[in-house]
Amino acid sequence: MPRVEVDANRCKACYLCVNACPKKCLGKSETISKKGYFTAEMKHPEKCIGCTMCYMMCPDIAIKVIKD
Amino acid sequence: MSTILAQKPKSLTDKPMHYCPGCGHGIVHRLIGEAIDELNIAERVIGVAPVGCAVFADDYFACDTVQGAHGRGPAIATGIKRSKPEAIVFSYQGDGDLASIGMGEIVHAAVRSENITVIFINNAIYGMTGGQMAPTTLVGQVATTAPKGRDPKLQGWPINMCEMLAQITGSKYLERVAVDTPQHVMAAKKAIKKAFENQVKGMGFGMVEVISQCPTNWHADVQQSLEFVRTKMMPQYPLGVFKDEGAN
Repeated sequence: MPRVEVDANRCKACYLCVNACPKKCLGKSETISKKGYFTAEMKHPEKCIGCTMCYMMCPDIAIKVIKD
Repeated sequence: MSTILAQKPKSLTDKPMHYCPGCGHGIVHRLIGEAIDELNIAERVIGVAPVGCAVFADDYFACDTVQGAHGRGPAIATGIKRSKPEAIVFSYQGDGDLASIGMGEIVHAAVRSENITVIFINNAIYGMTGGQMAPTTLVGQVATTAPKGRDPKLQGWPINMCEMLAQITGSKYLERVAVDTPQHVMAAKKAIKKAFENQVKGMGFGMVEVISQCPTNWHADVQQSLEFVRTKMMPQYPLGVFKDEGAN
């Protein structure tokens, strides 16, 4: 199963990853991060196909894609 | 057993970037880092940071970096490359830096066909100083120094650097890419990697122009800025390879 880790300390909530995701797995978090952003987070981990498009679009390199 | 499909390249430091949310600079930094990692040249790379939004680029690249005077990136890169021919030298510049104050340096670096790589970020505006008109600002685009939109009668037309440098015999590799979609990011990565490869082979002057979004100074949200890149910037700055003498 591929999984996506978003580093909340780097994410600036531009949501480029959310819009790039072909399976619409990512979304906006409910809680505010240390930096004051509603960061991107994984909402539907079961839909993730590990295409790394979120990683490719992230300007803050906050995303790591791992395949277990 | 888990495998990592994608993570931050080793050639970038852990420091979080200072760029605005949605800015294309971070994507291009990562692509440069990936190219350096994949070509296994991290020990040899020396970068030249510009004046502009990317002035602190030396904080993010884990290689040796010089912060140059405004627009003088290609001249500094020339000096480094000539004194250390084994080094892989790249100059990272914005449109105000490269197409305005640094016009002379970039043209003459291309004329001399210096064996350096230039990464040119074109976002059609001066970002760091607060959205003044740049030489690449589109006709009709509003900037703080063109409040009614750029008027060709008053401020002239935007300048296309790739097309201009393609006329010079010394330029060997020129490509324009964008970072608005994952597909374009992949193409941009290929272009940047190729530019570094050409330098390793000693092919001469190479430049990759990246059409980048600036949501802050375009006064748009991130998605609107991507739309602006597609509908307004790409007709003026068509993507593609303008010169590739290494292909022959």
